[in-house]
Amino acid sequence: MYPFTYTKAADTREALNAGRRGGRYIAGGTTLVDLMRETVEHPDTLVDISALPLREVTVTERGGLRVGALVRMSEAAAHPKVRTLYPVISQALELSASAQLRNMATIGGNIMQRTRCTYFRDVSADCNKRDPGSGCAAREGFNRTHAILGTSDDCVATHPSDVAVAFAALEATVHLLGPDGERRVAFTDFLLQPGSTPQREQALRQGELITAVEIPALPRPLKSGYLKVRDRQSYEFALTSAAVALHVRGGVIQEAKVAAGGVGTVPWKLPAVELHLVGERPSASLWAAAAQQAGVGARPLAHNRFKVELLKRTVERQLSTVGGTK
Amino acid sequence: MSPQPQAAVGAAEPRVDARLRVTGKAKYAADNSPDGVVHAVLVESSVGRGRVTGIDARAAEAEAGVLKVISHLNAPKLPPVQGGFPPGQRLRAFQDDRVRFFGQPVAVVVATTLESAQHAASLVRVSYDAESVSTDISVAEPADDPETYARGDAEAALESAPVRLDLTYRMARNHHNPMEPHATVAHWDGDRLTVWEKTQNVVGAVRTLAGEFGIPPGNVRVISPFVGGAFGSAARTYVHAVTAALAAREVKRPVKLVLTRRQLYFGVGFRPAYEYDLSLGGNRQGRLTASAHDIRTESSRYERHSEHVLEPGRMLYSTPNVRQAYRHVPLDVSTPWFMRGPGYASGAFPVESAMDELAHELGLDPIELRLRNEPADDESTNLPFSTRRLRDCYRAGAREFGWHRRNPKPRSTRDGDWLIGMGMAAGVYDTQRSAAQASVRLDADGTALVQSATSDMGPGTATSMTQVAADALGLTMRQVTFRLGDSLMPPAPVHAGSQTMASVGSAVQDGCDKLRKQAITLAVKDEDSPLYGADAADIVVRGGRLFVKDEPTRGETYQRLLARNNRTHLEAMGSYAGAPESEKFSFYAYAATFAEVAVDARLGLVRVRRMVGVYDAARIINPRLADSQAIGAMVGGIGHALLEHTVTDHRDGRIVNANLADYLVPTHADMPDMKAIYIEGEDYEADPIGVKGLGEIVIVGVAPAIANAVFNATGRRIRELPITAEALL
Amino acid sequence: MSAEHPVQAQTPPVESPSAPTRRTFIATTTAVGGAAVVGDLVAGSPALAEEADGVEAPPGSRVALTVNGVRRTVTVDNRTSLLDLLREHLDLTGSKKGCNAGACGACTVLVDGRRVNSCLTLAVRLEGAEVTTIEGLAKGDRLHPLQQAFIDQDAFQCGFCTPGQIVSGAGCIQEGHTGSPEEIREWMSGNLCRCGCYLKIERAVEQAAGRKG
Repeated sequence: MYPFTYTKAADTREALNAGRRGGRYIAGGTTLVDLMRETVEHPDTLVDISALPLREVTVTERGGLRVGALVRMSEAAAHPKVRTLYPVISQALELSASAQLRNMATIGGNIMQRTRCTYFRDVSADCNKRDPGSGCAAREGFNRTHAILGTSDDCVATHPSDVAVAFAALEATVHLLGPDGERRVAFTDFLLQPGSTPQREQALRQGELITAVEIPALPRPLKSGYLKVRDRQSYEFALTSAAVALHVRGGVIQEAKVAAGGVGTVPWKLPAVELHLVGERPSASLWAAAAQQAGVGARPLAHNRFKVELLKRTVERQLSTVGGTK
Repeated sequence: MSPQPQAAVGAAEPRVDARLRVTGKAKYAADNSPDGVVHAVLVESSVGRGRVTGIDARAAEAEAGVLKVISHLNAPKLPPVQGGFPPGQRLRAFQDDRVRFFGQPVAVVVATTLESAQHAASLVRVSYDAESVSTDISVAEPADDPETYARGDAEAALESAPVRLDLTYRMARNHHNPMEPHATVAHWDGDRLTVWEKTQNVVGAVRTLAGEFGIPPGNVRVISPFVGGAFGSAARTYVHAVTAALAAREVKRPVKLVLTRRQLYFGVGFRPAYEYDLSLGGNRQGRLTASAHDIRTESSRYERHSEHVLEPGRMLYSTPNVRQAYRHVPLDVSTPWFMRGPGYASGAFPVESAMDELAHELGLDPIELRLRNEPADDESTNLPFSTRRLRDCYRAGAREFGWHRRNPKPRSTRDGDWLIGMGMAAGVYDTQRSAAQASVRLDADGTALVQSATSDMGPGTATSMTQVAADALGLTMRQVTFRLGDSLMPPAPVHAGSQTMASVGSAVQDGCDKLRKQAITLAVKDEDSPLYGADAADIVVRGGRLFVKDEPTRGETYQRLLARNNRTHLEAMGSYAGAPESEKFSFYAYAATFAEVAVDARLGLVRVRRMVGVYDAARIINPRLADSQAIGAMVGGIGHALLEHTVTDHRDGRIVNANLADYLVPTHADMPDMKAIYIEGEDYEADPIGVKGLGEIVIVGVAPAIANAVFNATGRRIRELPITAEALL
Repeated sequence: MSAEHPVQAQTPPVESPSAPTRRTFIATTTAVGGAAVVGDLVAGSPALAEEADGVEAPPGSRVALTVNGVRRTVTVDNRTSLLDLLREHLDLTGSKKGCNAGACGACTVLVDGRRVNSCLTLAVRLEGAEVTTIEGLAKGDRLHPLQQAFIDQDAFQCGFCTPGQIVSGAGCIQEGHTGSPEEIREWMSGNLCRCGCYLKIERAVEQAAGRKG
């Protein structure tokens, strides 16, 4: 680990000042410390933001939910409002990492977490994300866990977060605070596909701080849930996952929010699946037909071809589980 | 000599060192910090084959706290070493510029703090003349001198067999991945070396280190009282241990070198991958007539590693015609090494899967097929079995597991999204025994100290040895202390191959018997003893009191006896000679493992729901420890069957999942309901304490039992481990 | 085919024994356990007293924290993890380094009552924190109920992951995630055990949770 200076921000202003000077924010630190130890990351200055007042979970005026950036994953998952309003978020959180890591990592940090691509994490390997222009070792290397959607010639790394998949599905908004003030970015615009600049992962400006993630109000009743498919039963990143929220009234699907994880360079919103569902009556055949849309545009690699089919089945299964026609 | 009453042996005693282990006070190798200790961090090769052409250590040396950067450019020349095991050229500490595999240590940084050493290691710039690598057994050429075995005429018998299966099985490379990383703390005092080393092989570590530095073995002391798991990996002393000692000598300070988790994938052995072609021939009644076995398996280029993969296919079932060939594929990888159930656990997968396939083909119950092929004696050696209670294992297992509820028709049982299947497999592991010694000392206060330079990587060596000693001395367990893990103690064989109980246990028993006899002799010749004149053969000891067996009131305690005779202590050296050069019997432990799996019909996920293991391991010294070993092995077997796969990038020999997030081992949540049953019995032909060893046998057969259950659940025969979702979609 | 047992081929020749007496052994254990006790004010790694040649010391900071009820003020290299602080500077080696990457749980400690991976926790961030390690669970000679349950259930073999399992289990009980065996299994999955003692660990957590009521 490279040496660094450490400063703890007493308040938001202090943090922003330090951030503007190039300081790197650290919240839970579970990704950053790990990557600093691997020398993938080597910030000169760490700005500890854990004292900032960003720990609230509040219901918005319209009935949505605002989750402070420093709310820990475990706290967010256990929060009664999160559990009752958006089970998909609680489930995605509790299927992530381990109890220990969830006690450390924050919501803001979670959506900032970096890929598990083994070549990215191994500084002796070529990686455009870590070292722009060096090449992508994963493309022709071992890529079982890599993305099939949103990839580019330069990068095929999967976004590892679970809760980000729920946020993408629910069309959340990221609240940012920077030297130039506050702004809001749609979640699906916040995380960037690699394109030719895989080193740029978020639509953040220099020194900007995530203050909260807001989930919009959705019509009630809303059924939602998260399915994570992985080799072992726990403590593993997703091979595929699906976040689903459905609003059914009068026997007809009025709203459908669907996104997939483990398959995209960013959490993968599935508008074609949603479109297929809205206005239809829940049925096993509907789930199957809608899920067929999930793999559209997939560009599998040598070791992850199975993900195309697994993704469709994952979405179908979760539609069926949430839709209640099993 | 009256047999001693058995009190401790066979009892489910808690571990004698349990308190140390649950309070964090057990000191593992890296927990030691002698005064002035400094830290060493290895720099690994980032090419898979070639030569180091330059090392730029300037930036590293400029870091605060860095004492020295050592590489082949400045390392002292070590004396040549020869011989040893396995055959080949030893990997030495920085004695040449050659890179033999990706991740090979090419330099070491020593610094006063761990943080400085780690950072400086990342600053060392190494340049290479890289050569192309060969790391893939599926394309590399095997060596042209296979090890072969034959009886009868397998090819002819296969040709004429009414039923014949020709199958190819593959197994991925596995890594031991003990929770404790390998670590060495080395300290020189003049030309005397002390190392705190993670090792299953205290005496072997002394020999290796003495040889590497050209100093007498008596100058090396290895201390290893606790080993945080190893599963075979710590049965060898690797170059990192030599490096730690070398660095300590260079900087004249004690040096601590702890491998990172990543480094464990490159430098401390692995269960080698294989491709195994198996042909089975039999008649319609399910009698095997022939089998042919051709295996190609990983070895390194600089050493030749062999395992007993072919043994199960040679002796487990009666088969008149057998032909086998074992081919090493020399690769640009580090040398493989024995991992739990070495050879046998690997070999059981093809053999036991194929038996299941044959049973299905013939419409026979898999247990019935196995019973029809039970051999009368060991057909590979023509020796009678000392004990073989495999039939009992099948019977007890089938009953406990509810085997009769299995529907033999695949894909016929469903539970919601899940397909349910049951499978079973047999297992076998040879009963190894080696020479061992143990010292025994009985003090005037009536307590005893027993010592042997063995290890405990988890089975509870100190506990079971205390039990053997307590009974042989006629003391309670509290009165006996057993110590291990120090080369100053009497020598013991490598703590591996399930031989510790048989070998060290027999030496302990011998020493304690000798000491007890000494005390009895002292008593019967002592006019002031109530035992004076009694027949020594009639005297037993219990609870520290010597008495005439049929006249319990006539006796006295060790304490009184020693005090009256002004003896501060008695001592004796126990020894065990090991297996005779020519065996009169065929010695094996046996297992039958039963598994029920659920396979998600659409998502391809396999979850093991329950397992039953039944074992013929002969005498069980401590049922509590034996139970833990078996249940732990079932968990390990789940990893072997469903999760574990070391992945090499064949472009440069890099291991791409060299961490515990990507190399998957089972978690708490992967655990099924499990039950272990040990068939009662002893085997006194094997060794004086009647045991056959159990650390290995318990994992042999777990993977094929699961694979067979997957077939029963899905109708899909997966001939490659691990069985992953993509194979079942 | 090799006629030799490979493992036996490794077996060293038996040398003439030199039986250590009890006294030599005790002397040994003292040496083994005799790591220097670090005083509260000097645990700093960057205080590289020997570096007199003008090499710049890496950035460090002073931190006051409570470890197992004892208040400590230490100067740490900013890079030092809580795990390395405990193990290399405070002589608390019960917490183990299994992966140093948050992937195994062997380093689990409680920080302000919450179970966390000490390997991913920078010590410099712990100003005012209360840390409890495996060494701090027992009350004097009285074991924590979960420590006793681990003994009762034989919930370990090699013992290396055990401190992390026990501290994590204590956290799991405190959190109330012990409603069923399945719940315990899931909520303990951040602690790997390569010996495979999961069944007995689950029983131990159940036992201790029950005792707690």
